[in-house]
Amino acid sequence: MTSENVLQHQKCRGMRDLLPSDMVRFRRVETAFREGCVAYGYEEVKPPTIEYLSLFTALGTLTPGMVGRVYSFLDWDGWSGERVVLRPDSTIPVARLYVENLSPRAPVRLSYVTNSFVFEQTGEKTRERWQCGAEFIGGASVVAEVEILQLARDVISRLGFDGANLQMCHAGLLKALIEELELPADEREVLVETVLDGDWKDLFARVRSVGDRKRYLLPLIEVQGRSAGYLENIRSLSSDSGESFKKALDQFIEVATLLDELELEYEIDITAVRTFEYYTGICFQFLSPTGDKIGGGGRYDDLIPQMGGPDLSACGFALYVDQLMGMIKEQAAVGRFVAVVCDESSPQVVRRTLEVAGAIRTVGGAAAVGICRGPEFTEMYRWVVRILPEDLERVEVLDTETNERTVCSIADAVGRLMS
Amino acid sequence: MDISSPFSVRFALPKGRFLAPTSELLQGGGVAFDEYTSKTRQYRVASSRFGYLSGKILQEKDISVHVSVGNYDIGICGVDWVRELKSRYPATSLVEISPLPYKEGSVYLATSAYSDLHSIDGVLNSPRTLNVVSEYPNITTRLVAEMRLRRFRVFPVWGAADAYPPESADLVVMWARNERDLIAQGLVPLRKLFDVNAVLVANADSLATKNMSEVLACFDGLLGSPRVSSFRGTEQDVQQPSAALAPWQSREIRMALPDGHQKTPATELLERAGLDVPGYAGRTAERRLLAALDWLAVKVIRPQDMPLQVASGHFDIAVTGQDWLTEHLCAFPGSPVVEMLDLGFGRVRVVAALSEDIPVDTTEDLRDYVASGRIRPLKVASEYTNIADRYLRDNHIGYYKVMPTYGASEAFLPDDADLLVDNTQTGKTLVENRLKIIEVILRSSACLVANVESLKDESKRQKIEQLSALLAGAVE
Repeated sequence: MTSENVLQHQKCRGMRDLLPSDMVRFRRVETAFREGCVAYGYEEVKPPTIEYLSLFTALGTLTPGMVGRVYSFLDWDGWSGERVVLRPDSTIPVARLYVENLSPRAPVRLSYVTNSFVFEQTGEKTRERWQCGAEFIGGASVVAEVEILQLARDVISRLGFDGANLQMCHAGLLKALIEELELPADEREVLVETVLDGDWKDLFARVRSVGDRKRYLLPLIEVQGRSAGYLENIRSLSSDSGESFKKALDQFIEVATLLDELELEYEIDITAVRTFEYYTGICFQFLSPTGDKIGGGGRYDDLIPQMGGPDLSACGFALYVDQLMGMIKEQAAVGRFVAVVCDESSPQVVRRTLEVAGAIRTVGGAAAVGICRGPEFTEMYRWVVRILPEDLERVEVLDTETNERTVCSIADAVGRLMS
Repeated sequence: MDISSPFSVRFALPKGRFLAPTSELLQGGGVAFDEYTSKTRQYRVASSRFGYLSGKILQEKDISVHVSVGNYDIGICGVDWVRELKSRYPATSLVEISPLPYKEGSVYLATSAYSDLHSIDGVLNSPRTLNVVSEYPNITTRLVAEMRLRRFRVFPVWGAADAYPPESADLVVMWARNERDLIAQGLVPLRKLFDVNAVLVANADSLATKNMSEVLACFDGLLGSPRVSSFRGTEQDVQQPSAALAPWQSREIRMALPDGHQKTPATELLERAGLDVPGYAGRTAERRLLAALDWLAVKVIRPQDMPLQVASGHFDIAVTGQDWLTEHLCAFPGSPVVEMLDLGFGRVRVVAALSEDIPVDTTEDLRDYVASGRIRPLKVASEYTNIADRYLRDNHIGYYKVMPTYGASEAFLPDDADLLVDNTQTGKTLVENRLKIIEVILRSSACLVANVESLKDESKRQKIEQLSALLAGAVE
């Protein structure tokens, strides 16, 4: 077979290979996240990759736009007509996991590192996304939001990124704002869906058209606030607003006031934060200094009871691993420490080579084995231990930094490498 | 401009409902497919005006798929099949150039006149898992997502969608000439989804790279949408379920019998077995029948759809083909449907066949041929996509793509596909199309299948076994 006839295999469109240098960064993000979660008392869980489609449609928790982009199919049990999906989101599966296995235990703090799958038409952006998420189920209002915000910030600073910006919004306030526009039901629904799918143009136009009558709406979408005072200002203008608007605004002010007290900086931008349909209260996102979204989250009080669980409020966040990895500088791969090599492949020599590598690993070292390999293999290691065929009790140790060679007993060699 | 060979333009032409108006349109425009008329019996037609233009007459459903994959440069089909493709594959290379000025019917969301879902609101507020049956599973899946149906199951069917509600489905998404036709079939249209006009479609790549201007110019002045018909949101009088359907619905055993080619031999078998099903024989369109046995209700549907419908518990038993049972079990090995009895008629072989010009005589030859890189990927046309997939996988064919087809699959070789996996009785059609069989994958005849759960129910099991024994005595 000629080489041009060999089938060239490629990864699937929209998928991404994580190479050793990527995985070093991936594990750094994951480690920082896990350490943060341990420090805050979050227990780790892992929901399965495949869930029933009805989990996502039954509660109306994803917009039709999102449902249209999930990887759904009939699996081997598909004769029943029940479609399954590669999870497009992790909060809903974790809420299901809680209701099915842990409820009614509360409060419960859960964390997870998962991938999720969303079809992206061009194939240029990745369709498999990794995230580190935490959910606080049954936590008291305001304190719970502040806890997850602190945890998210803590993880980001463990990674050495101190310039992340926090943007906040309130899903209930956004919905109430749309209600204030007093649109016919079908137009309102369409507007809610376009906003949830991240398109704000329509909302801006509508708010401007009622600007005179509802003085409090325009500043809410046009001005970015930086303190609870901003929300207080809106409240003072909105005495004739509806009840749900007032209630949402009060909740928002409560959280903002506590963040002011804690001197946590934030920006209130009601039209910048990507929200999900299941969010009911505060939503937030973190931006890198260059403006990339690196994480987000919010409060979802209806999800657990809607799934048949206890009447518990909940909130959570996720950090976007792919974006965070991109911000970490290239680092050397670990583990290339000792090479144990031999220059002939007789069974006795190979056996001794493997034994020496085993001895190093037993005391906690990392050793790679090279049988009859040239310098292209050994030059990558800090130390090279060579088996001597004429004297299997002794080895030659090469320090590749100084080029110094020493012949010594196996025990001495291991002791020297591990010291 | 001189357009000379090897330049070629391939045009996919519809059979069926749009054949006559399309033929008229193309003659008027001067495309000159002289043999493309309602009387034609061939698949391939040539243009007497443009030497480089060839046409092939296909099922509309196949046209959208094959233009999108680039087997044809241009085509004409109903907008329903364009939407069916695009609902699932928005990134497809199928371009809708323009609607054509003729339409035929509309696609509706409908329910049974005897259903408890009388309106869209009733559908949206239903606490049940709603079963939706359709020849357009992709349009349907998208529709129910947009309507925000909470719990639903979509059952794709090959045909006879109108027969399913209310017993075997809550809703149906189907094509009909008009609302009157739906009502005549015992259905209530809930929403007209869209009118089905014909559309001129093209492959995006062909449009981007080939000069097809002479052919496209023929359509100048002929394009444009037909008038949109209105939809009067039918406030149908809702009939009481007890009234008309109760006798059918109250019967303990539900059996599916085939329409189409298998109807005649099935009728003969029932007669020999002394199993009287009034109204089944002949050309009647009635789909819901009462057998002389007072516990047996019969519905007439497509044999292709029966294994899935029996597995889902919508029928206890069915008369289908072993080919369709195998096709179903290849996709869903754990499916609760079993063969009870070989009925002997409707014998076919499911074979792998390819062009006589290819130096491949066995499956082993094919494996080596594909491995050598002379065909890459192997394009496979089949009505039995799951059987084809299993055959290719089990025989370690290196790199292949299976394209679903809906009848007359032999027309796709050798231009659009390299291998055919299809059924044949005598092999005559294959020979006529210069194809040779390299493997018999499966020998199939009609069979009686049953739902596994029904067989666990003592009372149902007794009756099913009684039926099975009657039929067994009549097998020739």
